[in-house]
Amino acid sequence: MALLEIRDLNVRFATTDGEVSAVNGIDLDVERGQTLGIVGESGSGKSQLAFAVMGLLARNGRAAGSVRFDGAEILNATPKVLNRIRARRIAMVFQDPMTSLNSYMRVSDQMAEVLMLHKGMGKREAVAEAARMLDAVKIPDARGRIRLYPHEFSGGMRQRVMIAMALLCRPELLIADEPTTALDVTVQAQIMELLADLRREFGMAMILITHDLGVVAGACERVMVMYGGRVMERAPVGPVFADPAHPYTQGLLAAIPRLDQQGEQLAAIPGSPPNMTNPPPGCPFAPRCAYVMPVCETMPPFDPFAPGRERACHAGLATVRAGHAPQPDLPEPAAADLDEMPASVLQEARP
Amino acid sequence: MTAKPLIQARDLRVSFQLPAQGALPWARPRLLHAVGGVDFTLMPGETLGIVGESGSGKSTLARALIGLVPATGQAIWQDGTDLIGLSARRMLKYRSQIQMVFQDPLASLNPRMTVGQIIAEPLTTHHKGLGRDEVKVRVKDMMDRVGLLPNQINRYPHEFSGGQCQRIGIARALIVQPKLVICDEPVSALDVSIQAQVINLLDELQRDLGLALIFIAHDLSVVKHISDRVLVMYLGRVMELAESQALYAEPRHPYTQALLSAVPIPDPQLERDKRMIPLRGELPSPMSPPSGCVFRTRCPRAEALCASERPALGSGAHLTACHFPGALRPEELAIKA
Repeated sequence: MALLEIRDLNVRFATTDGEVSAVNGIDLDVERGQTLGIVGESGSGKSQLAFAVMGLLARNGRAAGSVRFDGAEILNATPKVLNRIRARRIAMVFQDPMTSLNSYMRVSDQMAEVLMLHKGMGKREAVAEAARMLDAVKIPDARGRIRLYPHEFSGGMRQRVMIAMALLCRPELLIADEPTTALDVTVQAQIMELLADLRREFGMAMILITHDLGVVAGACERVMVMYGGRVMERAPVGPVFADPAHPYTQGLLAAIPRLDQQGEQLAAIPGSPPNMTNPPPGCPFAPRCAYVMPVCETMPPFDPFAPGRERACHAGLATVRAGHAPQPDLPEPAAADLDEMPASVLQEARP
Repeated sequence: MTAKPLIQARDLRVSFQLPAQGALPWARPRLLHAVGGVDFTLMPGETLGIVGESGSGKSTLARALIGLVPATGQAIWQDGTDLIGLSARRMLKYRSQIQMVFQDPLASLNPRMTVGQIIAEPLTTHHKGLGRDEVKVRVKDMMDRVGLLPNQINRYPHEFSGGQCQRIGIARALIVQPKLVICDEPVSALDVSIQAQVINLLDELQRDLGLALIFIAHDLSVVKHISDRVLVMYLGRVMELAESQALYAEPRHPYTQALLSAVPIPDPQLERDKRMIPLRGELPSPMSPPSGCVFRTRCPRAEALCASERPALGSGAHLTACHFPGALRPEELAIKA
């Protein structure tokens, strides 16, 4: 049994402009200790999916379907039930550490609160444990700095505080929603490495929600690509990058400028993401898709075309694969291209 | 033929005065040196990328050029005028030649103005004699040029998506036919698929109109893609300035090397095998930057000399402000665990 099992999850919001379907019929499994990357652009529903799991949807949001954590149904559970699971067994790290930490409370107090509530520790014991955790996320002088307020930390340090707080109860699953988007690349690299270390140490499963394919490439074992509230493709991390089977995944990969490649023009995806109050009838990507056909007016079923791989597309796999060289002026990362990078910076041959 | 530089900056400095700490009336106000002595030249039609982490002063540097923040030093425009310290009235003439595109596409557009009014505003400001019909024709031409439908001229910014708002911002900048457009993180608020559209548009417009661009971004891959030359900033100072090709292929400053090694590569094999240069500690406070080389507190090569003497940027095509420049040394690498 998977640690987290999501079946046919739907999230809808009632807005003044009509009903918005943010998430449509998503199935998802996360095994213990596994890292799943959810990739998507703004409005793809990736964050709402996480909020629905955690019971954190905005008041006008309704979730339907099934979310089972360790066998127990938790979707739309009462706060009493959720509070026994949240923080204790599933924790979440948000994108913006400044707005998700309480700016009126010392870090020591907000961290100790978690332990006092969930573990029944005394204040002194809780603060000591919190300091140990700050130490684990490599905040220098953790004992001294735990008394500070969030604004006295830099952005990267604040995100470390968030991570430390999420890990206080040693959760079995960590949901990280764009944990490094607000950070500089050097800090991002530190945080991603820290997450990898901590995951190994605590044997924790992780859902990493991001729009950055580079981050996914480094951190995840499996990837789920979302667009317009639906899953487009699902696969182990290697094949997603080496052999994208969905036109959207292909387009996304071709659209990013890369350090390890030299290109004249980026292959942009034409058009813009769907308006979710009035989504396209079938496949949400159809209006922007190069392979669009009349049948795309209906949502394509999932095609499990290889072990562990699935795609939702009417266009034939062979057609999409053949089209995968969407950047004729942007060659595959051949040896010649890599030579342009500082070889030492880039790679070390695999043993 | 050697063209005259479009802009030539010499020892450009920007300091902000912060209120004194504490309540004592005689406490001195503190100075924050956002940009500390930057030199560079920009040729007509060239794209200069400016990269650096938050707090490195890259946006402040750009703002100083168009007089949005007070600066000292020199920034000599093509015609020999120093733009620094120019009165608002005299600056007006140059404002039509230097335009700016901002990061947040929606926040930089007035929500109460229609798209037509927004794009026309620079035109009516700088060319007062133009008739209404002429203005409208030019606005519609420009909208068409940047990929907006001319029949959307009477719509308001909130009716557009982020990418389209950025196109409006670009149209507004280009309508007065500037020679230089300063783009301050123009694509960092956009989704990947839209980002590529805007980058391609900027690229194409620059080629067609012979614009010079100053392209500020924290995303090194984007800057690599669009720039002819790249300037790397750290704590208000230039660390390295070189042709884009040379800088990315053979970075010589340890900071540039660390920065490049931290960029995630969208390829699982490469990303997992790559080696990173760890940067120790955190960005020092710009209130009290380290003596000598500002990067020395986090530099793997720092020696006593770095604390006592500030390294000069030097001269030539590949400029490096470092006492010990050169290729990466094996011992500086940490294998990714």
